[in-house]
Amino acid sequence: MFKRSDWTDQDVEIIIANLLRAGVVVSAAIVLAGGLIFLVRHGFDPANYRVFKGEPTDLRQFRGIARAALALHGRGIIQLGLLFLIATPVARVAFAAFAFSIERDWLYVGISTFVLLILLYSLLGSAI
Amino acid sequence: MNNLEFTILVGLGSCTAGFLGALTGLGGGVVLVPLLTLIFKVDIRYAVGASLVSVIATSSGAAAAYLREGLSNIRIGMFLEIATTLGALFGAFLAAIVSTKAIGVVFGLVLLYSGLLSSRMPADTSDDKPPDPLATRLGMNGTYPSLTGPKRYNVHRVPAGFSLMFGAGALSGLLGIGSGAVKVLAMDHAMGIPFKVSTTTSNFMIGVTAAASAGVYLSRGYIDPGLSMPVMLGVLAGSLLGARVLARTKTRQLRWIFGVVIVALGAEMIYGALTGKV
Repeated sequence: MFKRSDWTDQDVEIIIANLLRAGVVVSAAIVLAGGLIFLVRHGFDPANYRVFKGEPTDLRQFRGIARAALALHGRGIIQLGLLFLIATPVARVAFAAFAFSIERDWLYVGISTFVLLILLYSLLGSAI
Repeated sequence: MNNLEFTILVGLGSCTAGFLGALTGLGGGVVLVPLLTLIFKVDIRYAVGASLVSVIATSSGAAAAYLREGLSNIRIGMFLEIATTLGALFGAFLAAIVSTKAIGVVFGLVLLYSGLLSSRMPADTSDDKPPDPLATRLGMNGTYPSLTGPKRYNVHRVPAGFSLMFGAGALSGLLGIGSGAVKVLAMDHAMGIPFKVSTTTSNFMIGVTAAASAGVYLSRGYIDPGLSMPVMLGVLAGSLLGARVLARTKTRQLRWIFGVVIVALGAEMIYGALTGKV
C-alpha cells in the first residue's frame, strides 16, 4: 500500500499538521462543553486559586478523570479534554516514527521511538 | 469574585496574551503566568499548570499554518526533542523541590531576557561553512524556500545545540512556558540554522516538550480544570486571531512595546517573589 517513493517529508508533515489540528479542535470542544456544565452548576460559587491545595486524586489520574467525565461532572469533562490535548503531541511523535519506518530511515525510527518512550514514561508513569 | 466572573476575566486576559504572543512571535505563555499571579493572585503552581496546557494548544494549533510553508525541519526537531523532553522531565521534578519564591525569581529572569531579546530583530546567522559531521550523519542539513529559489543550509555544533536544548526543556518544565526564545537561540546561534527554519521548527517542538512535563504536572495536581479552561480557550482563540492579523500589520513597533511590557512584568515578578507576594 505504501511505497517509499510515494512518501516525501512534505507529505508526512501535512498529515502531521492535520493530526495536530484535529487534536486541538476535539480537545477544545470537550473543554468548552465541560466548562459550560461547570459554569451552569458552579458559576456563582466563589473562585479561589490563591491558595494551592492541589487537585483531588480523582482529577490527577486517568481512571478518576474518566469516571468523573462519565458522571458528567464539568471539571471531569474539562480534564478529559486536557488529557486529549496532552495526547496530541504524543500521537504526533508516534506517527513520525511510523512515517520514518516507511521511509526506511531506521536511525530516525529509533530517535522518534526514544522520544515517544520518554513521553509515555511521563504520562503513564505518573498519571495512571 | 465568583467562578463566572473569574472565567470571563481570565478568558479575556488570556485571549489578549495569546493575540500579542502570536503577533510578536514571542508566544503567549511568557506573559500568562505573570498575568495570573500578579493580577489574578493565582498561586504560581496553578498558573504554571494552566500555562503549560495553553502552550500545547497554541503549538499544535499553529503548526498547521507553519508546516504548509515547508520551512520546518522535522529531523532537527525530532533529534533535539530527545534533549528537550529529558530536560522537561528534569524541570518538572525540579519544580516540586524548589520553593515558589525561587520559581518566581527564575521566571522573572527569563522574562527580562525574553524582553531584551525582543527588541532586536533576529539576524540570519546561517553560512556556507561545512557542516558538523554529526549533522551530516543525522541527515539534518536541508534547504528552505527563498526568493531566489531553494537555498541550502548546513547545521553546525550539534552537541552545543543539544545541551542548550536540554536547558530549554528544563525551563519549560519548571516554568510551564514554551521557552521558544531559548530554543531559537540554540538553533540560530549554536547550530547556525536560518531563523525562518529555526522559528518554525521551534514551534513544532514546543508542544512535544510541554507534553513531557504535563504528565508530571497532572499527577501532582497543578492542572486545575476551572482555571485551565478559560486560559486554554482564551490563548488558543487569541493566537489564532493573531496569526491571521499578522500578515497585515507592522510588527516592529509592536515587538518593541511588548518587549517593554515583558521587562516590566519580569521586574515585578522578581520583586513580588522576593517580598513573598507571588
